[in-house]
Amino acid sequence: MPESTPFTSRRGLLFGTAAVGAGALLAGCTSNEPDDEPAGNDDQPAAADTPGKAVTIGFAGPQADHGWLNAINDNAKNRAKKYSDVTLEITEGSNDTAAQIGQIETLINKKVDVLVILPADGKALTQVGLKAMRAGIPVVNLDRIFNTPQAYRCWIGGDNYGMGLNAGHYIGEQLKDVDDAKVIELAGLDNLELTKQRTQGFDDALKNYPNIKKVARQAAEFTVESGQAKMAQLLQAQPKFNALWNHDDDQGVGALRAIEQAGRDDFVMVGGAGALAAFQAIKQDNGVLKATVLYPPTMAASAIDLARALGQAKGVSGLSEFEIPSSLTLYSAVVDKDNVDQYMPTGFK
Amino acid sequence: MTQPVSPPRDSTDKVPSTGQLPAWRTTVARADVRTLSLLGVLAALIVVGGITKPDEFLDTRNLQLVLTQGSVIGVVTVGMTFVIMSGGIDLSVGAIVALASVWATTVATQEYGFAGILFTAVLVGVGCGLVNGLLIAYGGMVPFIATLAMLASARGLALQITDGATQIVTIDSVLDLGERDAYILGIPPLVLVFAVVTIIGWLILNRTTFGRRTVAVGGNAEAARLAGIDVRRQRLYLYLLSGLCCGIAAFLLIILSGSGQNTNGNLYELDAIAAAIIGGTLLSGGRGTIVGSVLGVLIFTTITNIFALNNLQSDVQQIAKGAIIVAAVLVQRRTASTT
Repeated sequence: MPESTPFTSRRGLLFGTAAVGAGALLAGCTSNEPDDEPAGNDDQPAAADTPGKAVTIGFAGPQADHGWLNAINDNAKNRAKKYSDVTLEITEGSNDTAAQIGQIETLINKKVDVLVILPADGKALTQVGLKAMRAGIPVVNLDRIFNTPQAYRCWIGGDNYGMGLNAGHYIGEQLKDVDDAKVIELAGLDNLELTKQRTQGFDDALKNYPNIKKVARQAAEFTVESGQAKMAQLLQAQPKFNALWNHDDDQGVGALRAIEQAGRDDFVMVGGAGALAAFQAIKQDNGVLKATVLYPPTMAASAIDLARALGQAKGVSGLSEFEIPSSLTLYSAVVDKDNVDQYMPTGFK
Repeated sequence: MTQPVSPPRDSTDKVPSTGQLPAWRTTVARADVRTLSLLGVLAALIVVGGITKPDEFLDTRNLQLVLTQGSVIGVVTVGMTFVIMSGGIDLSVGAIVALASVWATTVATQEYGFAGILFTAVLVGVGCGLVNGLLIAYGGMVPFIATLAMLASARGLALQITDGATQIVTIDSVLDLGERDAYILGIPPLVLVFAVVTIIGWLILNRTTFGRRTVAVGGNAEAARLAGIDVRRQRLYLYLLSGLCCGIAAFLLIILSGSGQNTNGNLYELDAIAAAIIGGTLLSGGRGTIVGSVLGVLIFTTITNIFALNNLQSDVQQIAKGAIIVAAVLVQRRTASTT
C-alpha cells in the first residue's frame, strides 16, 4: 500500500491549517502586560551626593531564571539610571561558566572603570576576577563569593546564616511562652551550601529556646511545584506543630497552597527572601504567613553605589573611612506586619 | 486502577506471523507475573509505611495525598508509555508541561477564565507534540534529538514568557478544584482525571487497532510497514498523544500548585521513563503495559511519601530511591524469567 504523503493530503492540510490557527490564537496569550511596573528600590540616591566624574560600570550576572535574580538585574539597572554620571554596561545573563568568563573578558577589554560581578559559580569565576583586578579594574563581587579576596576589591552579599538565625529568633520569641513547642523547617535545595548555612543558623537560634523542638525538616527545590509537594507531605507527617520556617518565598507559594489544601491554620509561618506575594500576604494578615526574613535583592543597587564610589575614589558617606570597606554583609531583616509597608517596594515577583 | 486488571497484552502476539496459542499463553502469564511482582513491591512499601508511621501513613488523607501527588506525573507517564512502546522516547515532557503551565497562566490567558486556561494548556501540549511528531515522523529526526531540541526550546520559551517570575492563578474556579471541598466521594478531582486517562490509555492500547499498531511499530517497524501500517502517521499520532498528556498534566499542575512557573515539570522526563521501565515497558519498544507504568508511578510516589513521613533527608532519599529502582527491576526480572 503506498503511503499517502500527508503534506499534500486534504487531512494533512486541514490539520496544518488548524494548527497554525490555534497557534495564532495562542500567541495572543503570552502577554503578561497588565502587570504593574517592576518595583524598584526606594530610590533617591544618597543625600547630598552631587554628580562627579563619569564612571562606566560593567555588570555581569547569571541568567535571571527566577524572581530574585530578576530583581537583582532590575535593582542594578534602576540604580544606575538614577546617577547621571554612571553608564551601565550590562551583559546577557548566563549560567554557563565559560560564557560568563567570556562576557567579563569582553568588559575588561572594553576598559570599563569598575566591574560588578554576580558569578554563576563563585569558585569557577575566581580567575577572571583576578584578571580584572590585575588589569587595574576594581571588582565589586556580588553575593556569590570568589575563592580569594585578591579577586575582588569589595564583596557585598547576603547572610544566609543570619537569615536562619533571625528566622529562628523571631519564631523563638513568638513561641517563648508555649510549652513543648514544635517547629518544622521547609528548606531549599539541599545540594547548595547556602541551604546548609540557613539551616545551621536556624538550629543555632532555636538552641536559645529550650521549650522549642524542631520535629521535622524536608528540602524542596526553590520551585512552587516542589514547595507544594514537600509541604503537603510535611503537613501529613506532623498533625500538630506551632511554627514553620520556609527558606524561600518562591517555593512558599506552593507551600501556602498545600497548607490551604490541607485546611490547616493552627501555626505561624515565616518565609524567606522577600517576594512581593509574601509581603502582600503578610500585610493582609489573614493567613498563616506572618513574617519573612530578607535576602535583599537591593544588594545589587548597593553594589552599583559602591562601584560608583570606587570609580570616583570616594568613601561611603556616613562612615569616617576614606576608602570603602572590603566586605559588606547585609542584614537579613525580619519583615512582619509592622514594617511591611517600608519593604513593599523591594518585593520581587 | 490499582486492580491487577486483566492480563495486559504483550507485543509478540501482535507482531504478524507468530500466533500459536502456547506462545501467547506464556506471554500473557509472564506479563501477569510482572504486574503481580509490582503489586508485591507496592505491598511491601505499604507494609514499611504502615510499620514506621502507622497513624500518619495508614490514613485516608494520606491515600488522597499520595494519589494526588502522583496524578500529574502519572498522566505524563501514560503518554510516555505509548511513545516508548513504539520504540521512541520523549525527552521533552517536562519542558512541555512547563511551557503549557506558563502559557496557560499569563495575565492575558487568565482573562478568559477557566476555559481559557484549560484550552491553552491542552493546545500548547498538543502543539508541541505535533512539532515533535512532524520532526520525527516526516523530518526523519531521531526521537532522542528531536525531543531534546524541544526540551531546550520549550524551556527557553517558558522562561521568556514568565521572565523568571511566578505567575499566580487568580481564577477561583480553577483553584477550587484543588481544595478538599471539590472531592467527589472522597476522591480528589485530580485523581479522577488520572484514573480516566489511565482507563482510556488502557482501552486504546488493548482494545483498538491504534494500540496494536503502536505495539507492532515498536516491535518491528519494517514488519509493521510491510503489513500495511502507515508507520510515519502512527509515530506522528503517538507524539501528539504524549503532548496531549503533557497538556492535561500541566492543567492538573496549575490546579495543584495554583501557579505557573518556568521551573515546573523539572526532570519529569526521567521520572516518567523510570516509572514506565519499572512498570515493565521495554525501552527498545514493542512491549509494555499501562497498568505497569501506573504501578511504577504509584511506587515512586509512595516511596517519596514514606521518606517524607519518616523525615529522611534528601541525601538518604536519593540513595534509597536509586536502590529501590534497581531492586524493583531485579525482582521483576527474576519473577518473570522463572515462569
